[in-house]
Parts: sequence; structure tokens; C-alpha cells
Amino acid sequence: MSKLSTTTIIGLEVHVQLKTESKLFCGCSTQFGRPPNTQVCPVCLGLPGALPVINEAAVELAVRAGLAINCSIPPMTKWDRKQYFYPDLPKGYQISQFDLPICADGFLEITDPADPDATRRIGIIRAHLEEDAGKSLHDEASGRGDSRIDLNRCGTPLLEIVSEPDLRTAEEALAYLTKLKETMTHLGVSDCEMQEGSLRVDANVNLHIEQDEHVIATPIVEVKNMNSFRSVAGALHFEAERQLAEWQETGQTIKTRGKRTFGWDDVKEVTYPQREKEESADYRYFPCPDLLPIRIPRERVEQLRQSLGETPDEARQRLQSQHGISIYDADVIVSQGPAMVQYFDTAAMTSGDGKRASSWVQQDVMRTLKEQGTDVESFGVAAEQLGELLAKVDAGDLTNDRARDVFKHLAAHDASVDEAIKALGIESVDSSEIESLVAELLQANPKVVEDVKGGNTKAVGALIGQARKRNPNANPQLVREVALRQIEAS
Amino acid sequence: MLDSALELLRLQSAGEVSAVEIAQKALDAIEASQPRHHSFTFVDREGALRVAKSVDQRRAAGEDLGPLAGVPVAVKDVLCTQDMPTTCSSEMLRDFRPPYDATVVERLRRADAVIVGKTNMDEFAMGASTETSAFGITRNPWDTDRTPGGSSGGAAAAVAAGTVPLSLGTDTGGSIRQPSAFCGVTGLKPTYGRVSRYGLVAFASSLDQVGPIAWSADECALLLYTIAGFEPRDSTSLDQPVPDYAAATKSKDLRGLKIGLLRESLDAEGISHSVRAAVRDAIKVLADLGAEIIDVELPHREYWVPTYYVIAPSEASSNLSRYDGAHYGHRASEGVTDLLSMYCRSRAEGFGDEVKRRIMVGTYALSEGYADEYYNKALKVRRLIRGDYDAAFSQVDLLLGPVTPTPAFKLGEKVDDPIQMYLCDLFTVGANLAGVPAISLPGGFDEQGLPVGIQLQGPPLEEGRLLFVASAFQSATDHHTRRPTP
Ligand SMILES: [Zn+2]
Repeated sequence: MSKLSTTTIIGLEVHVQLKTESKLFCGCSTQFGRPPNTQVCPVCLGLPGALPVINEAAVELAVRAGLAINCSIPPMTKWDRKQYFYPDLPKGYQISQFDLPICADGFLEITDPADPDATRRIGIIRAHLEEDAGKSLHDEASGRGDSRIDLNRCGTPLLEIVSEPDLRTAEEALAYLTKLKETMTHLGVSDCEMQEGSLRVDANVNLHIEQDEHVIATPIVEVKNMNSFRSVAGALHFEAERQLAEWQETGQTIKTRGKRTFGWDDVKEVTYPQREKEESADYRYFPCPDLLPIRIPRERVEQLRQSLGETPDEARQRLQSQHGISIYDADVIVSQGPAMVQYFDTAAMTSGDGKRASSWVQQDVMRTLKEQGTDVESFGVAAEQLGELLAKVDAGDLTNDRARDVFKHLAAHDASVDEAIKALGIESVDSSEIESLVAELLQANPKVVEDVKGGNTKAVGALIGQARKRNPNANPQLVREVALRQIEAS
Repeated sequence: MLDSALELLRLQSAGEVSAVEIAQKALDAIEASQPRHHSFTFVDREGALRVAKSVDQRRAAGEDLGPLAGVPVAVKDVLCTQDMPTTCSSEMLRDFRPPYDATVVERLRRADAVIVGKTNMDEFAMGASTETSAFGITRNPWDTDRTPGGSSGGAAAAVAAGTVPLSLGTDTGGSIRQPSAFCGVTGLKPTYGRVSRYGLVAFASSLDQVGPIAWSADECALLLYTIAGFEPRDSTSLDQPVPDYAAATKSKDLRGLKIGLLRESLDAEGISHSVRAAVRDAIKVLADLGAEIIDVELPHREYWVPTYYVIAPSEASSNLSRYDGAHYGHRASEGVTDLLSMYCRSRAEGFGDEVKRRIMVGTYALSEGYADEYYNKALKVRRLIRGDYDAAFSQVDLLLGPVTPTPAFKLGEKVDDPIQMYLCDLFTVGANLAGVPAISLPGGFDEQGLPVGIQLQGPPLEEGRLLFVASAFQSATDHHTRRPTP
């Protein structure tokens, strides 16, 4: 039997926790990691008589997110109740958005993992706001007295971003997720901390199998609640194989079997079917009578669009054209987030040397940040200082090595660049001093003079080390130039 | 029998009676009435006396006091009270004490009212006779073999029995107006959003409103003024200034006012002679006061009840999902083997039949494949019903009609016949579906001496106009001054 040609069809639903101070419908804090059930009130506990009030900040963040992923923002959006029973859902319904989501019809461009020079446009069907549920800390099937529930997370604002089934490989799915995460963090919409659950992924996946010039679609499986990119990749690879095997065994297609809900086991690295009950859930959506529809005027959307700031793609392009750095370098800097972009911008402009600034930011700055376990906003070397330092290197006043010493000093002390240079005993050496130093060295090294005259200019290198020994501030480039000139003139 | 709220305020400022004496008198009256009428689910003797004492002390110290200082008020047991149980007359919430006050309760306290207790009701406000209460029925003070109506039966009976001059009810489909009519008192359902629902345990969120019940329109004006107004914690509350309702009731001159008579409702099937007579009498009184009476129609009236009995249960089925035994309220202890059986047993035990019936109806109406046929269609009809009201109010200032098809019926008469019970709402649910204010006021008595109500409905936010006309009507009639024999 010849090998079957299959295509994996993937659509992702990504839940992103919006970066608001307070919850979606009450004033409780959204801070992560607090003691259980300390960030709750009658509203998020779903107590009788308590009513939700919309957090405007969440609406603005959702609009920003929507604009960043090229969605349209309809003039009216409303709230619906999605109803199901679960102990971490104290109202018995989740306030969500059913038929009029806040963002519709967008797309995200990703680099094609199979061809780095090509891009793929992944459609986004919609993005809607909803409240998160709490956390059950128990074996869900037992229902006995030792079940514990933490409602701190209950009511935290989420944006659920639903893609078209446009993704074809696990690699594309990862590229999409990476791009989405980068966009959301870059614009300050979400922290996307996967280990804190502020980015969670559901994947809808099935196969298109080519057989006898027909395409057969396997039944759709939704793999729910994956908390890492590794899980997503694992689940997608696993499902592609599992569905093919299942089809070969049972012949079931999308026409003969409805959508099923699976989970992903991170340890066993397998997907597994969840309870049938959840598959047939009827959420009985209806408009939430406690909340008014939200009207977002055109002008407000335009204002938000104006104040959106650069998307990562825009930043990448600008860094290349403005500072003359490569796409690779721009990508590394942008992937560190908007604060790093700003740091680089300032350092590049102050120094007037984008390429040098880029290399320093990627090496010295990022390494030191990692060592210090800090972020660029609270870094000891200000972007202006780095720029000033690099300008001195450019002017030949400092060697790269000495500049590195200054940089280390600045990172550890509260000092200006000049103070640091002084503290390290670095003095700039004037050219007459270099002239006489070189003359002395040539005198003492006739072999070098001979070699150079014989055409081996590399021999001059031996002098540089000696010059540095006598005067650590001597600029090697200058020593080399002066030596060659003096030999030629001799 | 307690004096009117206005009289109690006057007597206190004249120094003729203290708040403690009034509270004591109210508590004694409640104690005497409870065995016969059972209007209350909880009486807060200590709390009432403590507040009354503090009012007296503050008055003696010359401090400023709120507009209801020292006046006893009863609160329907569907409104959250931090210091008293809030049961909704349900086994499900038998032991529930909310950690907060409803906005209206907060406002009563700020007005220095003396909250004496919580009144009985149909379970979760679902019913028209207070017979679905898990804690026993309430009897009509005019005839203890009859229902006080519902769901605010305890609230209306508490006033009619003379235990308190003021009480707070809630009205989702007539639950203030129908018991007010049955108990011969005055009750007002405000415009949707006029009074905050924060802390009102939801039955049908898009229909529920809190409102005042008292003997007279003037007293309703006083209580409404205290509880109305914007509440930022309630997105559906209206950010509109609250007029001085008491000032609105000063004039008794109805000249220039056009009142639309809902004549068609007088010919409705099953409407009793006494109800028809009360409306006819009212026409005459209002005309004598100078009003012009013209006939108007609300063309979709026949769809009111079916529309209501889709929308209200749908919302209820959702609102009552939270009572699952997991976090608070009744949790079954027997027959529980897993999460699902805990849910099922807790809800089976905690809810009464009528609540279960409505949850089932509502769940069905919202289900996939049925929502378009039921819930979504009902929303469309609701828009038509609102349109009828808009059209009517472009012609007239107010609408006049009956509250109920009959005076108070016998206890047990309809409790096993949901359809008959639902038809009690025939004339009242329109105001809830349209969100407009409506008032029920005593319009006469039938041959057996049972009170008969009449209803006025007004355009949105025109509670002042309703109270003005009701007050004028009461200045020319004495129905609201008649009292049941104790
Ligand atoms: Zn909260």
C-alpha cells in the first residue's frame, strides 16, 4: 500500500489573561499567587443579589489586542451567560460573549517555518472577553469532603482569541503562538505567563487524508487547556498520528462522528478523551440581563488605534531601516519586548552607531541582565550611558576591552561614564605619547621592523601586546597605525 | 394598629412619642399578628429596639435625622440584610446570612428607618399567593381563609395587619401590585432601573424591581424617595435624579391630564364584577377631579402572560444555578456519591415544586434547538409590547385598568393549578415587560368586604405622576383608610 498523503488541519483557541489591576466585574485584585480565597467579594463569589459591573480597563485592553491582530471592532458588543455546573464556577454560569464579540475578523502574519523567506497569513475569526473560573484543587470525580476550591482567579478577565483552521503543522501552530504571545506582551495587553496560566491553549485538530483523488476528513478533536508550547506541539503531533491510526482502524470521518474533547497528559505525552458529558454540553447561551451592551464609538477605536504603539513587526522593520541593523539582530531585540526596543533605540541614537549598540545590547546588556536576574527597566546602566560609552569607543578614546570594564563598573555602581573611567584609572593617551612609545619599541624589536619591511605586516601585532603592557590605555589600532607609518618612513 | 408613617414622623418631632415606643408597639403588633397571619419569616426585636433607641438619643442631642427616622419598616426576605437571615422563603437558603446589605436596605438604614424584620413570600418570589413559601403560608388580614396574594404576600399583609406602616416588596410580574390589591393597600412598582437591584436576590433580572407598599400613595412617595436612585454597583440602575415625590403629591387638581382607559381589559374573560365596578368608579372619581378619560388599547396584551412565562423562567433557570450546594445554602448529606449526585440531591431537596417547575421550563426554553422558538421569540414579542406602551403614552399621560381579575381567592384554591395561578398576572406583567412604573391602589370592596384594587401605569420615570394622581384619588376616596377587623 502506498503511503497516504495527509494534511493536519489546526485551529487554535488561545485564552490570554488581560493585564488589569482588578477583575472583570468587581474590584478584587488579579494578583497571582496570593493565599487561596483572599481575593474575593460577593460579586466574584456569585453570592445571591450581587451584580457585575464592567471593568472599562479590560474593554480597552481587549480593543488594543484586537487592533494589534488586525480585527475590526464592532460598534456594539454584548454579554452572554454560558451555563454549566462546576464547583469552580460559583454562579453556575460564566459571563462571556456569544454572538457579538468585541473583536472580529482579523489575522496574524507568521514566518513560514518551512521557508524563512515566506510568510503565512493566519485568519482570526474572533476574540471575545470572558471571566475566568476558579481553580479546583482536588480529584474532580470524587465529590467528597476533601475537595478544595480557590476562587482567587474567578472573574479574572480573559480574551479568547479564535483562529481559523488555517494552521497545517505543529511548527506553524508554534510560530502562531509565539507571534501572538509576542504581540500581546509587546503591547502590554497580557503578561502571557504560561506557568501562571495567563496563556492557555485549546487546539481543534483533524486530518485531511487523500485517497483515490478524494479528500477524507477525520472527526475533529478539541485538545483542551494546554499550558505550554511544548504540550501544544506534543498534542498536535500525537493527534495527527492517532487520528490516522483511528481512521485506518474504524473508518470514521467527520460525517460519522461529532467533535470530541480530549485532554493532554504532559507526563505520558498522550491525548486522552474527556468525559462524554462535556461533549454534549448545551451551554444555553442567552444575553446577560445584569449588564448593558457596550457601545464603542468609532472615535474611541481610532484613538486607541493611534495610541496603540508599534507592533513587533513594525518595530523590527523600523530598527532595520533606522539603525541599519540586520533582520536577525532586530528580531532578537524586539523579542525582548518594548522596553528593550526602547533601550536599544536610545543607546543607538546616543552613540550614533546602531550596529555597535545592537551588538552590545545583545551580548553585554542581555548577559548582565540575566546574571543580575533583573529587567531592562531597572538596569543599572542607563541607555544614555551605554550610548555615551559606545560613542567613546567609536571615537577611538576607549578600546572595546576598556569599554567593557567601564560597562561592568557602571552595572555595579551608581556612577556617570566619566566617573567610571576615572575610577578605573583609564586616561586617554595622546598621540605624541604613542609616537614615542612606538619609536622605543621599534628600537627594541629590529626583527619586527625587518619582517614588516619584508612584507609581513602582521608581524606588527607583536608590538601591540608590548605597548599595552607598558601603557594599558594605549589604543591597539592606533599603535598599529603609528608603527606601520614609522617603519615605512624609516 | 400603627399610625401612618407620616403621622409617626410628626408625633416624634412633636415629642409626643418616642421611636422606642413606636418600635415596641410594632413588635407587639407583629407578635399578636404572627399566629394569625404569619407575615414575617424573621423578626429582629433587639435590632429594632437598638436602632430606635439610637434615634431617640440622637434626636435628644439635637442631631439631624434621616427622613424615615424611627419609622418601622418591614423588608421582603428576598433583599439581603447583613444582620438578619435572607431566605427567599426557601429551604435552600434557610440558614443563609449575606455578608452585605442590599442597596435599598443600606438606604433605609441611612434614612434612620427601624427595620423590624423580614417578610414571607413565595419561594424565590415565584408565585401569586405566598403559598410556595417553605416556611408556611401567609393569611390575608381581611379574611384569613384567603391568600394575601404574592409573591410579596407577607409585605402587603404586614401593612394590612397594622404591624408596620411601610414595607418593601419586589415585583417581577405583579408581585407588589397584586398582593397590595388583595390586602387593600397601596403598592408601587417603579420603572426598571429606578431602584437598584443590588442585593435583591434575582428571580428574573430584566423584570425585577423593588418598590414600596403602604396604606397611602403619600407614604409610598416617602419610601420611594428613600430607596430610589443610581447605584454604581448595579449596571442596570438609571443615573437619573430622584424627584421630590412628596412635593409631586401636593396638588389634587387633575385638570389637563389625559388618562387612557384600558377598556378591553374590563371585558376580559374571568374578570369579576367587583373589579369592573372598581375601575368604573375610579373613572368617575378621576373625571370629577378634572382628568380627561379616553379609551386606549395595548394591542399585544393577549401575549403578555405567555411572553412573561418564557422570559421570567428562562432568566430564573440561570439565576438559580448558583444554588448547587457547593459554596453556600442547602447541601444534601444523604445519597451523595459524587459531584453530580451532590448537585442533584441538594437541588432536589432545597427547591420547592414551583421553583423546580420554572427552572425546568426556563431550561427548556433556552435549550439548543428550542431557544429560537421560545426565548428569542419571546424577546421579539417583548419589543412589540414595549412599542404598544410607547404608542399609548404618546396619546395619554397615564393608563387606568384593573390589577387582578378577581379579589383575593381562597387559600388552596389555585395552588395545584399553575395555569390558573399564572393568570393572576394577566394585567400586571405588561409593566414589567415594558419596564414602566405602575401603582396598585385600593379602589373599593366587593360584596364580601374584600378589597379590590385599581392600577395606574405611567411612562418610564414618571413615578411622580403616578403618585400625584393616586394621591389625588385618595384625597377623594376613603378605600385606603378602611382597615380589616383585627
Ligand atoms: Zn470580587
